[in-house]
Amino acid sequence: MQRIGVFVCWCGSNIAATVDVKAVAEAMSHESGVVYATDYQYMCSEVGQAKIRSAIAEYKLTGIVVCSCSPRMHEATFRKTAAAAGLNPYMVEIANIREQCSWIHKDMMTATEKAIILARAAVAKVHLNAPLVAGSTPVVKRALVIGGGIAGIQTALDIAEAGFEVDIVEKQPTIGGRMAQLDKTFPTLDCAACILTPKMVECSQSEKIDLLTYSEVEEVKGFVGNFTVKIRKKARYVDTTKCTGCAVCTEKCPSRKAKNEFNMGLNTRGAVYIPFAQAIPNVATIDATNCLHFKTGKCGICQKNCSAGAINFEQQDEIIERQYGAIVAATGYKPISVDKMDEFGYSRNPDVITSLELERLMNAAGPTKGTLLRPSDGKHPKTIVFVQCVGSRCDQSTKGGKSYCSKICCMYTAKHAMLIREKYPDTDVHVFYIDVRTPGKNFDEFYRRAVEQYGVDYIKGMVGKVAEHDGKLLVQGSDLINNEQIKIDADLVVLAAAIEPDPSARSIATMLTASMDTNDFFTEAHPKLRPVESPTAGVFLSGVCQGPKDIPETVAQASGAAAKVIGLLNKDALVNNPCVAHSDELICNGCSQCEKVCPYGAITYIDKEVRGPGVREVRRVAQVNPAVCQGCGACTVTCPSGAMDLNGFSTKQIMAEVDAICR
Amino acid sequence: MTARAAALLADGTVQRVLGWEKGDFDYDLTPAFFETADELKNLVYGDYSGANLSKYLIKAGKKEGKTLVFLKPCDTLSMNQLMAEHRVDREKVYVIGVGCKGMLDHEKVEAAAAKGEKKERLELMLGKCQDCKGKTFAVSDEVIDDEESRVEFGGNRFSKVAELEAMTPEERFAFWQSQLSKCIRCNACRNVCPACSCNKCVFDNAASGVSAKVNANEFEERMFHIIRAFHVAGRCTDCGECSRVCPQNIPLHLLNRKFIKDIDEIYGDYQAGESVNERHPLINYTKTDAEPSIVYERGGRE
Repeated sequence: MQRIGVFVCWCGSNIAATVDVKAVAEAMSHESGVVYATDYQYMCSEVGQAKIRSAIAEYKLTGIVVCSCSPRMHEATFRKTAAAAGLNPYMVEIANIREQCSWIHKDMMTATEKAIILARAAVAKVHLNAPLVAGSTPVVKRALVIGGGIAGIQTALDIAEAGFEVDIVEKQPTIGGRMAQLDKTFPTLDCAACILTPKMVECSQSEKIDLLTYSEVEEVKGFVGNFTVKIRKKARYVDTTKCTGCAVCTEKCPSRKAKNEFNMGLNTRGAVYIPFAQAIPNVATIDATNCLHFKTGKCGICQKNCSAGAINFEQQDEIIERQYGAIVAATGYKPISVDKMDEFGYSRNPDVITSLELERLMNAAGPTKGTLLRPSDGKHPKTIVFVQCVGSRCDQSTKGGKSYCSKICCMYTAKHAMLIREKYPDTDVHVFYIDVRTPGKNFDEFYRRAVEQYGVDYIKGMVGKVAEHDGKLLVQGSDLINNEQIKIDADLVVLAAAIEPDPSARSIATMLTASMDTNDFFTEAHPKLRPVESPTAGVFLSGVCQGPKDIPETVAQASGAAAKVIGLLNKDALVNNPCVAHSDELICNGCSQCEKVCPYGAITYIDKEVRGPGVREVRRVAQVNPAVCQGCGACTVTCPSGAMDLNGFSTKQIMAEVDAICR
Repeated sequence: MTARAAALLADGTVQRVLGWEKGDFDYDLTPAFFETADELKNLVYGDYSGANLSKYLIKAGKKEGKTLVFLKPCDTLSMNQLMAEHRVDREKVYVIGVGCKGMLDHEKVEAAAAKGEKKERLELMLGKCQDCKGKTFAVSDEVIDDEESRVEFGGNRFSKVAELEAMTPEERFAFWQSQLSKCIRCNACRNVCPACSCNKCVFDNAASGVSAKVNANEFEERMFHIIRAFHVAGRCTDCGECSRVCPQNIPLHLLNRKFIKDIDEIYGDYQAGESVNERHPLINYTKTDAEPSIVYERGGRE
């Protein structure tokens, strides 16, 4: 028979204002097996914990129930308290009378009654608790960063700096990501490439960093400290050990139809290409869908012209498998498609462009060599209209719009407007905005400079229609401050398109069993206190994949994620969760259903001689790897015979709780 | 059939034959193992060979050598399902598929005879045969079939389930109350069910805590059938043996069919036992899976 102590917490007034805590303690003192029941203002405080410790000693308690907040909050605290008093930490049960009771009820009678029922269920469970001992597993001292943009680069550099090995997997042929496409960066207007490329070079030169470019994650197995990841290195058809990056092949390639992704499709590239001059690794890649050799079997000009003999049309995708202790998602973003937003006429008119396209048009390495020329006729635009919040802060999800603020558009539009006025002072620049949001160091000063010093015309209001009219773009919008409809004949319209998570993030989240919000941004473990961790242990978040942010914020978060990874890799072993499944081989049918539902691959089958009363035969039976099992319980509810059970949450314990609630 | 079985026994391909044995009455055909040509004289395949022999293959699999089994088209689904669950080893079974023109229900035949009525064969068939699931053999090494047995029949097997669904909860409760209160817990349904193949049933496992609860009062006693239906959900091939053997004539198959109908509606048409390597929908996940409530909100699966 257990000797159970019940500790009812007031949580200040959080619980005590709605639940009669004394009545709960009193009711519990009459429960079978309960030898001590009390209440206290803050059980989690040092004084509260001391009460628990002394009660364990004084009443020789074998199990305790703490009626308090959610176990997510303080289960670990009270387990430590119990352990300090010599009680097995798994003899502690929490009855959640705050989140699931006092916070959701207004009437004290009802809330108290429910608190008593919840406490009674926890007492019924403790009766069946058994001491559990946690094992430990070693930590693989290597990290994986998925995504090679500025977020992934910074995270990898910081992890490498701490002395751990780290791999970057990047699906594009080069690292650099979106930042490499940018021209200048706000609020200092230094060139993006000038500050990014040294970091890219540092990655390639670091002995600790392995760059797996043109590669994708295919499969993730395992758990914190021991992930096994399959990575597909896509065939480049170029031997990267031989290629010198001389780019002769890219000039000779006769196929010129492929849109240049790096320049947002504003010009074309060869089928063999190097995305940009500072690409890392600086090697060519053949895009087989556009290559004449793969299409017709006839061409081979690149091969003939390659003095290094690096072209290899026979190359195949390669699958590599590696172990990691921690994984960082840094999958980044893309601008949303504005095709469906008919009012702006983006798909109809080449002179309606997105801001990222403008970045390329203004960049010295871009399709116009940095001269601002409009796409339709190559002329200098004299009147430019910027439209803010295109698809941001909107409820038109049918058109691909997003409810959130994309956060970076106000600042980059101010930057664009300023740069254009600086370079082409004869250009009129109008900006339609809903609000201008400039929180951030030196941000508001930056915006005011655009308005006051550069004379950019900011108009509060939204654009309703962009129509072609005598070779110009007639922009109709509303000016909410002057309360009038205005029309502007523009040469170029720039849409500040909302940003959304890269589409590859969804499948990566599924592989990592990391959760996402409705917008496909990764969810953090706690929105305030654990912003760089995913709720899945060992998975960390870096950059825009977690939510819209600018470069300084991305870099800060990237370093934050790195710090968490370093903290994890620094440990030699991790304590396992002892609440894992186990199978009774005498009852197991070997039907394999549990194996099929296990999300962690923790269950295997063996043929084994089982012995029991009247049984001695070889049977196919399930076996659980306790180091891999995460205790989710999917197997226990799938098992038809009840052979599978979960430590700490056994079927009997749960039935006892249900019975106690229904009593 | 007897000749073929005798030949396969004689040449050592199989060590025993699993079939139906002649009984005291002509409707009294019982599953049996035959190990010699002499014993095979009692092998019968006739209008009353309704019993599904698949489940006996679990027992046969523990013996040395191969077992020849005669399976009707619907029975082959059960065997496949047992293979999917690793309960039957394909290597140890020689399957002869036998054509079936629908098995008779001797109670219906006797009742009609007592009243002197002349009825169509379909009306005299077992309930499960009236809802025939087709003439295809899901697994076989050879097939003995004739034209007569390939006549298609069978209607919408879910019509009775739909009727129950249309009832108010009170009416439905009253229906099951009246049906399940007839149960004498003889366990025939469980013992005949090919999906109920657990080494140790939870209802026989004192340690599970379930058996004691179920026996505690008559309401929970009825829960036995509902729990059983949950246990076989996704794996039940709808062979209909549970209702065939029930001495109290409880339409137990309706519980299973309700699950099958739900699975079909929520996850797309699925027949347990059609394939050995597939995961049944309840232990599978596809990207198109939606919460049942959402599927019904949309007005069904598109």
